[in-house]
This record gives sequence, structure tokens and C-alpha cells, in this order.
Amino acid sequence: MRLMKHALFWPILTLALLIALNAAVNPGFLAIAWRDGHLYGNLIDILNRAAPLALVATGMTLVIAARGLDISVGAVVAIAAATAAVLIGGSLNLSGVESASEHPLWLAIAAALGVALACGLWNGVLVVGAGMQPIIATLILMVAGRGVAQLITGGQIITIYYPPYSYLGNGYLAGLPFAAVLAATVILATALLLARTPLGLYVRAIGINPVAARIAGVRARPITLALYGFCGLLAGVAGLIVSANVRSADANNAGQLMELDAILAVTLGGTALTGGKFSLAGTALGALIIQTLTSTIYSLGVPPEVNLVFKAALIFIVMLLQSAEFRASLLKIARRGEA
Amino acid sequence: MNVASPPMKARATRLRGLDRRLVPLAGTLALFLALVIFGAASYDAFLAPQVFLNLAIDNAFLCIVAIGMTFVILTGGIDLSVGSVLALTTMVAATLVERAHWSPWVVMPLVVAGGALFGAAQGFLIHRYRLQPFIVTLAGMFVARGVCYLIDTESIPINDPTFVSLAQLRIPVGGDNSLSSGAVVAIVTVLFAAWLAHATRFGRTVYAIGGNAKSAALMGLPVGATLVRVYAFSGACAALAGLVMSIYMLSGYSLHAVGLELDAIAAVVIGGTLLTGGVGYVAGTVVGVLILGVIQTLVIFNGTLSSWWTRIVIGVLLFVFCVAQRFIERGAAARADKRA
Repeated sequence: MRLMKHALFWPILTLALLIALNAAVNPGFLAIAWRDGHLYGNLIDILNRAAPLALVATGMTLVIAARGLDISVGAVVAIAAATAAVLIGGSLNLSGVESASEHPLWLAIAAALGVALACGLWNGVLVVGAGMQPIIATLILMVAGRGVAQLITGGQIITIYYPPYSYLGNGYLAGLPFAAVLAATVILATALLLARTPLGLYVRAIGINPVAARIAGVRARPITLALYGFCGLLAGVAGLIVSANVRSADANNAGQLMELDAILAVTLGGTALTGGKFSLAGTALGALIIQTLTSTIYSLGVPPEVNLVFKAALIFIVMLLQSAEFRASLLKIARRGEA
Repeated sequence: MNVASPPMKARATRLRGLDRRLVPLAGTLALFLALVIFGAASYDAFLAPQVFLNLAIDNAFLCIVAIGMTFVILTGGIDLSVGSVLALTTMVAATLVERAHWSPWVVMPLVVAGGALFGAAQGFLIHRYRLQPFIVTLAGMFVARGVCYLIDTESIPINDPTFVSLAQLRIPVGGDNSLSSGAVVAIVTVLFAAWLAHATRFGRTVYAIGGNAKSAALMGLPVGATLVRVYAFSGACAALAGLVMSIYMLSGYSLHAVGLELDAIAAVVIGGTLLTGGVGYVAGTVVGVLILGVIQTLVIFNGTLSSWWTRIVIGVLLFVFCVAQRFIERGAAARADKRA
């Protein structure tokens, strides 16, 4: 019973059940092999594919913890991917040799991350400076963002012919997928920063009561602004990984519905949408649950389109369990059963 | 809220003779006129009556969806499921008519009722379990789009004679100009919604909930039942728009109207409805839809501008209107402080 009270109990149980279901259907699911100098297997694949979502959801967790919301992250993913792709460019020679990057790789990455950071700060300024509701402030960038991404790519899907860039999405570091290592490092560093400095406490305080936090001396406005900036920056990193993974930038479809998946991952991880309570480990688990669910649906042979219905069912279950009114009515029914 | 305000206060909420609540609407109208004048100055054929009738024809479904969204936003909520419900309606209508060979006259009321039921279920969850409208309708969006894919991932063409004749129907409105059946449905919906918002007990309750849900409940207003009905109305509007679109496109397709909820929200906001609820007009939303339509028409008339400029301009307009709304709200709050 005490175990069930632990914040991470439900996400871990969900993930374990999903993996067990996979293992039951496909006995080879848990197998991990060493092939071509790196680890290979379904679980490794899930880690790699969950990385962009985990990064976006990490930024989203902090924004939500401070009573905000950022629904523009999907568009920011597309903008960052488009920026990097345009700067790298390159073209396929007839001889089959992939040509070099048009600009240095570091410049392309720095520019993409810079643009993403600017997008996040723009959202933050609208929320903190103009005092808009977060959902509306970020709706503006969500609507305009894909237009901006298309403007950058000229309406084309830009293919990236530059092998070093694709390392971001497909490479391996010490046998593990580079994207997964990157995501884990970022999440760990963020968690440490929040736990070892008063920053985590400040974020919670802002989420519980922004006015009280400000009166108590928490610099709520700059902190909130920084959180939106950080969320944009992480969406930019995710954009780099996504575009490197498929070696192209598609302004229309890169990061499509990612804002919704990120919010779902945050909710699954036990972060309250009303702010003040958050768990970065829970969010990472949430991202893994969503990716495992996707893989499960593929391996079960169910048409992948059904994924949306499963996700909706998950949202309904989680949000009903989080609702005090729903738990109360469940208790009432249970008591009536006993009587 | 404004029913029993004494004359002194009434004067205080006026700005140079204009009711303060009408300021955003006036701004919207001015913008629309400016866009039309710009269009007329730039392109010879822009002022042809049929250009404006085409606005109604091409934006009929957006207009109907935005009307439903207006009521939801007036209560301080949001409905993200409308685009998916619209797509689901086109799929269900196409399947029932083309594959099950049901009579179109049975199918049409049935799918609208289905949309209303879908919305009512969302409204029930939002009210009964105090869930956030954003997340409930997000799940609703996933459900509706997912069921679309379950029915079929391909487009289902509609060849039913009733649908085809409705699609070809042109109602003459003088000269060589005409309206489509969908545009007429949109106009009727607008008139009905304006009556519902401004002349019924239901409409007044909607405004009261948006002003302050707690005081509305304390006044004995049926907050729960009204919320459920508002979301049911939005669902029914989305389904009606789905019918209009299946007639306009003569097909059911799971990828119809992706992202339409954003356009609808944009139209409502540009139309001067405050996202915090309680303030706004159905007429404003109509002008908001027309502004989106005129921007699209201008981009088409220009010919060299790429389609993505539409999205960027809509984003910029959203930004301008939201900032303006904030200043109006702050101004009102400051005056309230001064009076106190």
C-alpha cells in the first residue's frame, strides 16, 4: 500500500505491463544483442525513438509545473529542423558521394538552437510581459510557426546529404544510441540543477501560487521567462534529432502533434496540470510509455492509426484518476458495494 | 451582469459614446474594411459581388464551427475536438450513404445528433469531474480522429444523387451571383446562434458563467446543464459543418479539416471574444471568419505569395488582437480600482 503511494508507482507499473505484454506476444522482444559495434534490440530502439519526445516533455514539465503550458513546441521542432536543414543543405553527387555541408556543422546547430531559444523566449515574454494566458500566448506561435518553417524551407522538404549530421539521430555512443544518451544527460542535468539548487523549490512555489511566491521574494517573472526559453531550446534539440533521424526537414509534418504527446507524457508521469507538483523522472517514463505503446501497436499487427484511440483512452484514464471528484464517486460506489 | 447597473456606472464603461464591450468588435470591423479597401485598391475584380459570396461559400464550414466555438469560449472553455468531429462526420456520412445505402435524409439528422452527443459527453466530463476543457477535448480530438482511421484510411467518394444535387445547387441572389447550399446553412446557423446568445435564458446563462462561474451558481443558474449544452452545441455545429464539407468536397476523408480548431479559435479571438470568457459577440466571430477568408483571397489574388503567408498573417493578427485585449482588460481593471 505504501508502495502504491509512491509518485512513480503508476507510471512504472504501466511501462512494465506494456513491456510484459510485448514480451508475451513476441518472445524475442526483450533480447538485446551486440551488433556492428553497438547494442541492438527492440528496447534499444524504443530508447532511441523516445528521445525527442522525452526532451520536449522535459521542457513542458517545467513550464506546466510553473502553471504554464506551451502548445507551440511541435512548431518549434519544425522551425529548428528547417533552420538546420537549410544551413547544411548539401546535394547528392551523381557519383554517389555525399557532398559536404554548406556551412560548418556547429554553425547550423547553433543557429537552430538559437532560433528555438528565441521562440521559447518569445512565448515567455507574451506570458510574463503581456500577461496573456499561456495557452493563447503559445497558440500564436503554434499557428504561425509552421508558416515560418515553410518560409525557411521555401515550402520544400529539404533533404540533408551530410553524414556527420545524421549522427545526431542515428549514431551510437559507447554502444548506446546517441540521441538517447543526449536526452538522458539533459534530463539528469536538469533534475540535478532543480534538486541541488533552490530553483526546484522556486518553480514549485510559482506553480502553487504565483502571487504568494513573488511576495515571498521569488523572482517569479525572470524564472518563468527562463522556463519558457528552456522549453523552446529543448524543442530545438528534439528538432535536430528528428531531422537527423530521417535526414530531412519537413515543415508540415516534423513534430506534428508533438505538443499533445508531450502533454500526455507529462500527465502520465504524475505531474499535475494545475502546477506546483512535478516529476522529471515521471515525465521520462511517460515518454517511454508512449513510445512503447506505439511499438506495441506495430508489433501486435494492429493498424498504426488506432494508436490515437489508445492514447485517448490513456488520457481519459489518467485524468479521471487525477480528478478528486471522480475518486470520491468511485469510493462511494465501492462503499455501497460493501454495505 | 449589466442588467441592473445604475446609470452612473453605465456612463463609466463608455468610451467616447461607444460601449466598452463593443471596442474589440469595432476594431475587428475596421480591420475587415481596411483589408477590403486594400484589396479593392490593389485588384480591379476584388469588389465583384461574387468575390464576397465566395467568401461565404468557401468558409461556410469554418463559420459554423467557429459559431459553436464562440459559445464554448464565452463560458471560458475551449473545444479542440471540432476539427476531428468534422472529419468523423464526413466519414460516417459517406460510409452510411455509400456503403450501407441509407437514405441521406436519415443520415443527415443522425450525424448531427451524434456530434451533439459527442460534445455533451465532453461537457459532462468537464463539469462533473472538474477536468480541464483543454485536456478533455484534446482526448476527444484523438478519439474522433482515431475512429476516422478505423473506418477507413482512404478517402470515400460520395456519388449519392441527393448529395450531388445539394453540391450543385446554386441559390441566385440577384444578377449572375449565387450562393451554395452550405453558405445558406451557415447564414441560418449564424442567425440562430445570434438569437440563442442574445435573446434567450440559455444565452444569458452562458455569459454569466463566463463572467464568473461561482457567482452564476450562487445566483441559482443551472451551470452544469448549461455547460453540457454548450459543448453539445459545439459538437452539433462541428457535425453540421462536417455535412457541409462532405457536400462541398463530395467525399468523406479522415484527413479533412486537420488543424481547423486553430482557425476557429483564431476567428473567435480576432472577432473580439475574450478568451477568459464572458465578453464577445456571435457577429464578431462572423467578421473574424470573413477576415481569415479575405486574407486567403488576397493571397490568391496576389498570385506570387506562397500559401504559408496566410498562416503567418493569421498568427500576427492573433498576436495583435491578444495584446490589444490585454490592454483593454488592464484598463478596465485600473478603472475598477480607481472607483473602489
